[in-house]
Amino acid sequence: MKYLYAFTLVTLLLSLIADRKKTWQALKIACKRFFKIMPPFITMLILVSIALTFIPNKVILAVLGGGEHNRFLGMVLGLILGSVTLMPGFIAFPLCGILLKKGVPYMVLSAFSTSLMMVGVLTYPLEKAYFGSKVTIIRNAISLLIAIIVAIATGFVFGEIAR
Amino acid sequence: MKDLTKRLLLAAYVIFIIASVALNFEPGKRLGENFLSFLVDMMKVLPFAFILIGLFEVWVKRETVEKHLGKESGFKGYIWAILLASTTVGGLYVAFPVAHALYNKGARLSVIFAYISASAVCRVPMTIFEASFLGVKFSLVRLVVSIPLVIISSALLGAYLEKKGYKMQQIDT
Repeated sequence: MKYLYAFTLVTLLLSLIADRKKTWQALKIACKRFFKIMPPFITMLILVSIALTFIPNKVILAVLGGGEHNRFLGMVLGLILGSVTLMPGFIAFPLCGILLKKGVPYMVLSAFSTSLMMVGVLTYPLEKAYFGSKVTIIRNAISLLIAIIVAIATGFVFGEIAR
Repeated sequence: MKDLTKRLLLAAYVIFIIASVALNFEPGKRLGENFLSFLVDMMKVLPFAFILIGLFEVWVKRETVEKHLGKESGFKGYIWAILLASTTVGGLYVAFPVAHALYNKGARLSVIFAYISASAVCRVPMTIFEASFLGVKFSLVRLVVSIPLVIISSALLGAYLEKKGYKMQQIDT
C-alpha cells in the first residue's frame, strides 16, 4: 500500500512540474470518474456488508471444515461460498491456512480461493456500470468455469482425485 | 420506478443500522461495522487509483496504448495485460476503472478481459501471501492452469463481442 501512495505522489509531483494545466485536467478526470462510480460502488459495499454479516468467517470455517470427507461436495460448497463473498487476501488466506491444518483438501481450498478472487457476485453492480449486465454475467460464468478447472487440476496434482 | 425502489431499499438499510445502534441490536451493529470497515479499506486505495487513472488519461498517448494493447498488438498484448495486472493493487474494484481507462485509449476488448481476470489471479503481493499459507506448489498450480485459460477465454469473448459491435459503457458524459 505504501508503494501505491509513494508512486502516486511522485507521479503527481512530476506531472505538476512538467505541466500544471495537464495535471489539473487529470485531477478533474479523476474526480469526475470517482464520483460517477460512487452509486454502484456503494451498492456493492452494502451487498458486501450483508453477505459478511450472514456469512461470517465462522460459517465459512464450519461449512468448508466439513468438506474433508466428501471432496466434491466440499469443492461445490467452496465455489458457492467463494462466489458470493468478497474479502481481501489478508483475511482469506489465513482462513485457508486454518482449514488446511484441519485437514481440508487442497482442491476445496482452491475452489474457494480461486472463485473468491475471480467470481464477483457482489461486484455485479460495479461491473455492470462498466460492462453492462450481459457481459458481466458471461464474464463471471467463464470465471466460475476456470475456478472449477483450477480446483480439479489442484486435486489431481495433490493426489486427492484418484488417477 | 426502479429508482424509487432503490432509494427505499437504501433508506431501509440506513434506518435499520441506525435503529440497531440505538437499540443495541448486535447483528445490525455488525452490519454497520462491516460496511464501514470495507468502505475504509477501499478508500485507502480508490482515490489514489483514480488520480493515477487521471494522469494516465492526460499523459499517455493513444498510439502507445494502441500499439501495445490494441488490435495490432497480437499475443504480446496479453503479456502486457498480465504484467500490468500483476502490479495492480486492491482487487476487481480497482481493475474495472483501470480497464475502462485502457479501453478509452484504444486497448482491444480481449486484452481488457485478460487484464481483469489476471488482476484477480496473479497480483504479486497476494500470490506471495497465498504461497506462504498454502505452499508454493498450490500457487503454481493455480497460476499455470488459470493463466492460459484466462488468455483463451478472453480472446474468445473479445472476438465474439468485437464481432457484435459491443461498446463499453460511457462513464464520463
